Amino acid sequence: MAIELFRIDDRLIHGQVVVGWGQPLDLTFIVLVDDEVATSEWEQELYRMGVPPEMEVHFDTVEAAAVKLAQYQRDARRGALLTGDIETMTRLVELTGAIARVNLGGIHHRTGRTQRLRYIFLAPDEEQSLRALAARGVEVSAQDVPAARPLALNEVLTGDGNR
Amino acid sequence: MMSESEQSTPRAIVAGHGDFAAGLVSAVGQITGRGDVFVPLSNRDLSAADVERAMRQQVESLGLTVIFTDLPAGSCTMAARRLQRERPSMVLVTGTNLATLLDFVFHTDIPAIEAAQHAAEKGRAALAATGGTPGGH
Repeated sequence: MAIELFRIDDRLIHGQVVVGWGQPLDLTFIVLVDDEVATSEWEQELYRMGVPPEMEVHFDTVEAAAVKLAQYQRDARRGALLTGDIETMTRLVELTGAIARVNLGGIHHRTGRTQRLRYIFLAPDEEQSLRALAARGVEVSAQDVPAARPLALNEVLTGDGNR
Repeated sequence: MMSESEQSTPRAIVAGHGDFAAGLVSAVGQITGRGDVFVPLSNRDLSAADVERAMRQQVESLGLTVIFTDLPAGSCTMAARRLQRERPSMVLVTGTNLATLLDFVFHTDIPAIEAAQHAAEKGRAALAATGGTPGGH
């Protein structure tokens, strides 16, 4: 059980997560890791309004999430952990050393980024960070929805995932 | 009776996943000829910031006060709520269906905000499940 999905998605909580992944994985809690959201009641309320009442949402800074990760992993229910960017997930991996798999779910266009998949755009330093995660033994793959084929990091970076 | 100018003035945004908005607006056009009441917006392949930017641009350039979206958790709804924070009088309707939009287009005689509230009730009332009798085919 515990956390079934560690996902990087710049939209954080949205339809693909709550419904697309939430239903098939039977997710009952979400850990949203974002230093800014964790200190803004308004942002937290915004994201809470987006989830069904039976789904629990925890808002943590990276440091808090690192401390609480073991507790989340012991939870008998299924959950997902979300970060809005690669840097945040990398910090969490470094602080905990306890994340085996990372899902790239949505990193969209921004100046300086190159398109790798329809929903993945990466800057050179972000590609480097993902390679470093993989070098640590973290399995990094891209998959926007459960029905899609997961694409290994190498396929993402070479653009082979578009073929 | 609607005037020419009314017929070409958008009164609301319809926003959602994939072709949700374009599809609903197309259906409204087919049924009423008034698809131009809505500005369709898709979140396909857009970041949350991009969705908000696109929505804000339409709201500001057209002076719109009503946004219809699909899922309460969708990024379009999130973007609309952020705009709503700056404009408390704006109306956001989530869970939009065709009945909602059809009702909205036929209430051009009242302010868009009131028409949206009325339309939300119509849309809710239109949702029904029938049949399912045990032993039925």
